[in-house]
Amino acid sequence: MSELLQFLISGLTVGAVYALVALGFTLVYHASDVVNFAQGEFVMLGGMVTVFAYAAGVPLPLAALLAVIVAVVIGLLLYWLAIAPARGASAVSLIIITIGASILLRGAAQIVFDKQFHKLPAFSGDAPIHLLGAVIQPQSLWVLGGAALVVLTLYYVMERTLIGKAVVATAANRLAARLVGVNVATVMALAFGGSAAIGAIAGILITPITLTSYDVGTLLALKGFAAAMLGGMGNPLGAVIGGLLLGLLESFGAGYVSSTYKDAIAFIVILAVLFVAPQGLVGRRTVERV
Amino acid sequence: MSRYTHVLRSVAVGATALALSSFSLMHSALAQSTIKLGSVLSITGPASFLGDPEDKTLKMYVDKINAAGGVDGKKIELVVYDDGGDANKARTFATRLVEDDKVVAMIGGSTTGTTMAMIPVFEEAQIPFISFAGAVEIIDPVRKYVFKTPHTDKMACEKIFENIKARKFTKVAMISGTDGFGSSMRAQCLKVAPNYGVSIVAEETYGPRDSDMTAQLTKIKAAPGVEAVVNPGFGQGPAIVTRNYAQLGMSSTPFYQSHGVASKSFIELAGPAAEGVRLPAAALLVADKLPDNDPQKKVVTEYKATYEDTTKQPVSTFGGHAYDGLYILVDAMKRAKSTDPKKVRDEIEATKGFVGTGGIVTMSPTDHLGLDLSAFRMLEVKNGDWTLVQPGS
Repeated sequence: MSELLQFLISGLTVGAVYALVALGFTLVYHASDVVNFAQGEFVMLGGMVTVFAYAAGVPLPLAALLAVIVAVVIGLLLYWLAIAPARGASAVSLIIITIGASILLRGAAQIVFDKQFHKLPAFSGDAPIHLLGAVIQPQSLWVLGGAALVVLTLYYVMERTLIGKAVVATAANRLAARLVGVNVATVMALAFGGSAAIGAIAGILITPITLTSYDVGTLLALKGFAAAMLGGMGNPLGAVIGGLLLGLLESFGAGYVSSTYKDAIAFIVILAVLFVAPQGLVGRRTVERV
Repeated sequence: MSRYTHVLRSVAVGATALALSSFSLMHSALAQSTIKLGSVLSITGPASFLGDPEDKTLKMYVDKINAAGGVDGKKIELVVYDDGGDANKARTFATRLVEDDKVVAMIGGSTTGTTMAMIPVFEEAQIPFISFAGAVEIIDPVRKYVFKTPHTDKMACEKIFENIKARKFTKVAMISGTDGFGSSMRAQCLKVAPNYGVSIVAEETYGPRDSDMTAQLTKIKAAPGVEAVVNPGFGQGPAIVTRNYAQLGMSSTPFYQSHGVASKSFIELAGPAAEGVRLPAAALLVADKLPDNDPQKKVVTEYKATYEDTTKQPVSTFGGHAYDGLYILVDAMKRAKSTDPKKVRDEIEATKGFVGTGGIVTMSPTDHLGLDLSAFRMLEVKNGDWTLVQPGS
């Protein structure tokens, strides 16, 4: 029983991070139909900028804020310098651009920062919390709480604000949105900036648990993309469900089946889901919305 | 008019010929005065923590040797390529070193994977190759032109089990990385465990890029009768395993890491969780704690000081492997009084009592590593630093 709980906690913590990365994918895809493979690099930037600012003597909360700002600026630059000029290019071209951006960012990080692994102190100490024989790291609660806060904020913005409505309108029909006065370019820039911020927050929250380096983004982008596919690309709710499910699959797979095939189990289940429901678990929903 | 052009032309041809010949003269003079050494390292990529200090060490000491007059009056010219940890790239660069750069010897190969990919190239070209990678398969079976400097994974397992046996433990769990080093060492540990009366009662693995190993450790925790846990692996994975280990409250069970984490950054990354972790490592890590009569004391303290002064980074044993490889090669060239690859090879094989950072090296036609178990020291992390474990405790 205590093992089950431990697997559950581990899975949810890792899953929350996958969910945030998937949310970043979803937000950009939702607004612009671009699958942004540089999404993992924002997670890396969040962690690395915080680590280096903190090491330079900036207090942790300020360092984290700085990291988010840096990520947002780079997210906007990515949109203005690379995505916007290629407007109207095919989906594959846009994907190639984002992969290129990802490689560029990784290379730049390697030069600006270094090639070592780095850690951050846990936000509220390392003393583990014991619960029914399982152990919870305080940082796991930060990750889960932070992810929940991001999801709720995003939900609020999308559902209750004018900006959110503009994003939904742009996603539904770009031309129609423009006709009713939505500045489509601004909406897309917002989506890129927003997804960069979400990625950076994920990076900051997990670094005390998982450590960070210039190239952590690659695997996270892969897992986040898988989570987004599992949930249904372009659907924020799906991103969250997909992320948590992927984390749980990995954890239970490693715990009850075999740690050797941990990654394989997760991907096999994703393939199976996509065969049965090609739209993902909660796909479709966004298509009808206006 | 035509006569005039004719003269002009012959002057031009003559001048060109003269220029060309003097250039080629210069070129051959240059070729004679330098010794071209090749190196392919994983300076970037997942094994950069190996390749980066190796690269820095080689450059630092080649400059030093050249400043001191070179080898028999010839300067060393070092050609370094970065394979990024990719075995295919490593092989391409190896071919380039042999065919285009025409190196007389090769030092490097940061990982077992890249080394194994490059071996056929140098074996075929009959150029001596001293690798800095860990796995025993590089030198077992012995290949005529291939040598290596780091301790093998098999020796690490033996050293760990020796210590486990001394503490009277018999039931051991393993959690191994699935990278090349981790899986190779895992296999070696399984092979030598029975020699020390040790049985492996639980076994788990993790991916080299995994960020959470609590699921695997929870399984080990639940396995009955585990008296000690061994973690073959390198990079940041073992640091995360160590953190998870402490978080799950498993610290009362002795935990062994491999020499794959033998750098200060492991202690930094794992933090307080590293306390009490034991691992076999080269004397270099405890340079300042060695007794004065230790034969390696002078070499390791000098290397550590030089490396740390120049790079402003803490020394790791990986850079030390490069130091050993470079000096074994330089010594062999000095003894051979030649840069002929075949003569140099013979002299490398005849290395005797070479005091390096990894241990005291005595090679033979059947042993292209030349280290025994005494080269390894058993260390324990105490108060955020390495300490020597007294034999038998």
